[in-house]
Amino acid sequence: MTEIFGIPVQAFMGQLLIGLINGSFYALLSLGLAVIFGLLNIINFTHGAQYMMGAFVAWFLLNKTGMGYWWALVVAPIAVGIVGVIIERTMLKQLYKLDHLYGLLLTFGLALIIQGLFRNEYGSSGLPYSIPSQLTGGQNLGFMFLPNYRAWVIVFSLVVCFSTWFVIEKTKLGSYLRAATENPELVRAFGINVPRMITVTYGFGVGLAALAGVMAAPIYSVNPLMGENLIIVVFAVVVIGGMGSIMGSIVTGFGLGIIEGLTKVFYPEASNTVIFIVMAIVLAIRPAGLFGTQK
Amino acid sequence: MSAVLPAAKSGEVGAQRIAFVVMLAFFILGPLVMYPVFLMKVMCFALFAAAFNLLIGFVGLLSFGHAMFLGTAGYVCAHAAKVWGFTPELAILAGAAAAAALGLVTGLLAIRRQGIYFAMITLALAQMIFFLCLQAPFTGGEDGIQAVPRGRLLGLLDLSNVWNMYGTVLVIFVAGFLLIYRTVHSPFGQVLKAIRENEARTTSLGYNTTRYKLMAFVLSAALSGVAGATNALVFQLAALNSVHWSMSGEVVLMNLVGGLGTIFGPVVGAFVVLAMENYLATLGFWITIVQGAIFVLCVLAFRRGIVGELGRLMRKPI
Repeated sequence: MTEIFGIPVQAFMGQLLIGLINGSFYALLSLGLAVIFGLLNIINFTHGAQYMMGAFVAWFLLNKTGMGYWWALVVAPIAVGIVGVIIERTMLKQLYKLDHLYGLLLTFGLALIIQGLFRNEYGSSGLPYSIPSQLTGGQNLGFMFLPNYRAWVIVFSLVVCFSTWFVIEKTKLGSYLRAATENPELVRAFGINVPRMITVTYGFGVGLAALAGVMAAPIYSVNPLMGENLIIVVFAVVVIGGMGSIMGSIVTGFGLGIIEGLTKVFYPEASNTVIFIVMAIVLAIRPAGLFGTQK
Repeated sequence: MSAVLPAAKSGEVGAQRIAFVVMLAFFILGPLVMYPVFLMKVMCFALFAAAFNLLIGFVGLLSFGHAMFLGTAGYVCAHAAKVWGFTPELAILAGAAAAAALGLVTGLLAIRRQGIYFAMITLALAQMIFFLCLQAPFTGGEDGIQAVPRGRLLGLLDLSNVWNMYGTVLVIFVAGFLLIYRTVHSPFGQVLKAIRENEARTTSLGYNTTRYKLMAFVLSAALSGVAGATNALVFQLAALNSVHWSMSGEVVLMNLVGGLGTIFGPVVGAFVVLAMENYLATLGFWITIVQGAIFVLCVLAFRRGIVGELGRLMRKPI
């Protein structure tokens, strides 16, 4: 059997695949955080809980109404996004004039409430969610077996990430958004409804988290705690990439997923901590982050 | 985070003295009506919260990973007392030294960024420490280090007696509290407050703000370590929950409830949060929901906290 650095190709490729899958979720989640941070100047601690809610909406749809995975991909982001809009309108809105840290504290409190409620109701063992019938099975690539669903997750998250990048960087709507990030007062003076834009942006960022949650449901089980530790890793990803650039979030997300996967091959003991170690190294060498600019 | 604490004036010092006497009387007479072990826990966490407040209240740095100092010191203290046979005072010092060293390393990294990034970096570093504690051979993994001997203080005082232990914790708490009070009101503390208000201007006055922030961070870490080590001796246990991120959240909550940037807020906050936990212990996971709700309520409507509001009513910062 062929080997890479003394590791069998199949094991190597398998971990690389897992790394890419994790990277897809890091990219989607850090992208949402970056979009929200750009306009609201708030780091959304509820992001992990909203990712978990996305997975739960998918589970509800399947078990209560019989609507499957494809419906969930559309409905869950909208439903969780609406919850996000309500949170923004009723609570976050009041904090924009205060220190940004209050936004962090508020969203942390909301995350505790949401995760606590779901854990009370569903325990912490997790609920099964099966892969949609169209995506079961897999391809034999000769050197490895590639499950169809995993390929789908990677391709689809790339599509979502690059569509988001395209909308923000290349369209007129995106140019309003970028302008409002730079100088909201001036954009308002041009007659653009910035507060509504902020609300929609938060809803969109939250929707991205929920979308990631639906995609994660068939891979990891639907679990009230699924977002709890993930969000801390995503914070580290955000620190490494810097939140200044959309493309930066995408590249860093996938890159760190791959690094984590490879660590599982070569030194499994460090696979939990490798992203934090990378963060420490990046902070020591380039404090603003790989793609960030220090303000 | 804006906090109200201008340079102490004579009337304010008077109010703070009275508050200090009330606090001291509370912890001396408290065991008459409350469990001493509960009050010892309150004192440990009050010191932990006050050390945390040194950063958020007086330098404007929100650390979201302070549990790493509490927990690391607990593990080192427990290991030193149980395996190396250290006397309690040396075990506590070893724990505090470990926390200070960790504070130096993490502080050097974290103070390179400000505001929200500082919070995220400390949280991420603390998560790394959590995984290290989970995997390291000497921490006992999920079990923690159990049956830690309290030993004899200075080789003389037997701490397995609850009142000897209580007195020791009281002395440690009061000493730590006074050290923080003294730091805040020293010229060093004035520079910290200047950094909180306007870092660029403080730099322009010739202060090396990075060094000041790092010193404050290490001091806060060391005092959190003293609290964590003492707590480990009280409960004769060092466990994973003390390095978990929820513990970092809890110390933020204590400060928020008590009043960020106040002198006595962390003590009041620690008591309120722990009393509530004790009271709601039977409710299981509802406790996190209640804590989350208090977070939301404090941020939206009660940003000054209990002591901050009292100080506003009395027109004197306490």
